[in-house]
Amino acid sequence: MKHVTEPAYVRWSLIAVAFLFLGLFLILPLIAVFTEAFKQGAGVFLAAIAEPETLSAVKLTLLVAAISVPLNVTFGIAAAWAIAKFSFRGKNVLLTLIDLPFAVSPVIAGLIFVLLFGSQGVAAPWLAALDLKIIFAVPGIVLATTFVTFPFVARELIPVMEAQGKDEEEAAVSLGASGWKTFWRVTLPNVKWGILYGVILCNARAMGEFGAVSVVSGHIRGMTNTLPLHVEILYNEYQFAAAFAVATLLAVLALVTLVLKSLIEWKTERKSKAEEDYYFDASGEKAG
Amino acid sequence: MSIEVVNITKSYKNFTALENVNLHIPEGELVALLGPSGSGKTTLLRLIAGLEQAQQGSILFNGEDNTNRDVRERKVGFVFQHYALFRHMNIFDNIAFGLTVRSRKTRPSKEEIREKVHSLLRLVQLEGLAHRYPSQLSGGQRQRVALARALAVEPKFLLLDEPFGALDTKVRQELRRWLRHLHGKLGLTILFVTHDQEEAMELADRVVVMNEGRVEQVGSPEEIYLKPANPFVYSFLGRVNLFRGRIQNGRIKLGEAEFTAEQGVSEGPAIGYMRPHDAEVSLHPPQSAAATAVQAHIERITLLGPLVRLELRRLDTKEVFEAEMGRQRFLELLVEEGDVVYVTLNNLSIYVESELQSVPTPALTPVHVTV
Ligand SMILES: Nc1ncnc2c1ncn2[C@@H]1O[C@H](COP(=O)(O)OP(=O)(O)OP(=O)(O)O)[C@@H](O)[C@H]1O
Ligand SMILES: [Mg+2]
Repeated sequence: MKHVTEPAYVRWSLIAVAFLFLGLFLILPLIAVFTEAFKQGAGVFLAAIAEPETLSAVKLTLLVAAISVPLNVTFGIAAAWAIAKFSFRGKNVLLTLIDLPFAVSPVIAGLIFVLLFGSQGVAAPWLAALDLKIIFAVPGIVLATTFVTFPFVARELIPVMEAQGKDEEEAAVSLGASGWKTFWRVTLPNVKWGILYGVILCNARAMGEFGAVSVVSGHIRGMTNTLPLHVEILYNEYQFAAAFAVATLLAVLALVTLVLKSLIEWKTERKSKAEEDYYFDASGEKAG
Repeated sequence: MSIEVVNITKSYKNFTALENVNLHIPEGELVALLGPSGSGKTTLLRLIAGLEQAQQGSILFNGEDNTNRDVRERKVGFVFQHYALFRHMNIFDNIAFGLTVRSRKTRPSKEEIREKVHSLLRLVQLEGLAHRYPSQLSGGQRQRVALARALAVEPKFLLLDEPFGALDTKVRQELRRWLRHLHGKLGLTILFVTHDQEEAMELADRVVVMNEGRVEQVGSPEEIYLKPANPFVYSFLGRVNLFRGRIQNGRIKLGEAEFTAEQGVSEGPAIGYMRPHDAEVSLHPPQSAAATAVQAHIERITLLGPLVRLELRRLDTKEVFEAEMGRQRFLELLVEEGDVVYVTLNNLSIYVESELQSVPTPALTPVHVTV
């Protein structure tokens, strides 16, 4: 018999390398975070979490996510809808723009906002007149976070919507449904898992963003510190146990995100299989 | 409701999908739109439904101009080629969709909707499947759900895009019979697309033959089959043999075979078309004086159930053609591959190049033939 795959030792060593790598760079740090956090006992851990500055960082992080995620969901759905279901001039430009936040370094993104809205910035006189403060304040953090997490939902939805085509929407309007009803009753339910997936990734990034937020935040304790920034401050002040205790919150967020992500993947995989069957039966020749 | 398509032209960027299409579909008829792939059938259907806008021309329903009306206002029942059922809704919700999306004022009560959906489920013989999802149905069942969904809104007429295209032969045949029955029962105008000529012939009161964005011929199945307006229609409606020849001194010459042309036909090249079953095969030269028979060499014999097909090569022109006959006749003939036989060319349709050269491809017009 001929070997159709590589010999067993090759396969096993590749798998071992992959696991070793993951263990070294992912699992080990995760364990380290938790052991460091509890090194001085649960009392110190809880005290670090219950500290007012930590709580205010948690609140700010949640607030920023609560604003930027819905904004990006709305934008992402609108953009994906436009791109997937209509043809218009400038479609490719829009696609490229959506990817822009992934292409530039988050620090640069933060700097752009400082240049625009900072005290020496382009919009400074105008902001002064309105008595608005954006940089070194919460609005700046929200702006920077929204910018950085901008592509997640749209990028997730565009392929899903493109794959589904326009047939169901056309069927809906031919049955008399308004554009709005078609969107709510046909388009949106068809992409709900895609949206959820995008939301989870977007949320994880929004809560964990460091670079862009660091530039615009100003690190004012209890005011403009998000969780990642707070961890850094504690660490720089040699409060290792506290730093790691706060870091566990972010680690837990990451773990929850991973679990939800795999759940959705599992769910959509089953669903897409059923749909594939549907599509296959509906158009025998198209499935090949 | 009757449908009138007046002078419609539709192009995509630099490609013309429909060119000056005119069509009248009388109230209550079952009409087939027949044509090869890419001939513009779907485009025409979508234009009538309002899913597409034409550059030129108009569309009337019962004489009323609908050209600039929105899809929603046209109230047309459209069944898509791949059904386009709402995959996240069960069958009940799929069928009820057109009713439940109405504004509060015009929406029937929940009870009325339920009753309507169930009566439609009975009509399409899918009772008991109301709670299934589209992915849990067979192709034929989905097709019927799509029909029920379109019928739920009481459309002015039905447009079906290749309703049986993706189904196997047996289910197709069942559904055809069922559609015919449904049409009789509802008396609705139905326009359906197909590229299967047998389906068009079997089902339709009237057939519209399309090619390359133009309507080639409109007529009853008999008319289309027996009096094809041009070679395209002729060859699209079944197997056909083609002979090349000339018209000279009022005689049509196809190799050694000769026919009399009608008066006043100009001289020049001519093309003769003949269906395989019109080729009469015999072992001896025919008795009649007319030179309508040619000698041919049997290259191949194929048995097709009740029919036998002979692949023949003419001895005079070396052209290859086919003859078909019943099994009984074949047994009487006692021929084998390699034999030479006499073939009388019956029911020839002769076309000459039209003198009106306004169309890019030479238009061919029929010539009346006598022996
Ligand atoms: N959106 C579009 N953009 C550009 N060209 C199109 C578009 N839709 C259709 N066409 C072209 O118009 C022509 C007619 O298409 P249409 O779908 O009407 O054909 P059809 O007769 O329905 O064919 P089939 O039997 O394969 O469904 C085709 O050549 C097709 O490529
Ligand atoms: Mg088509």
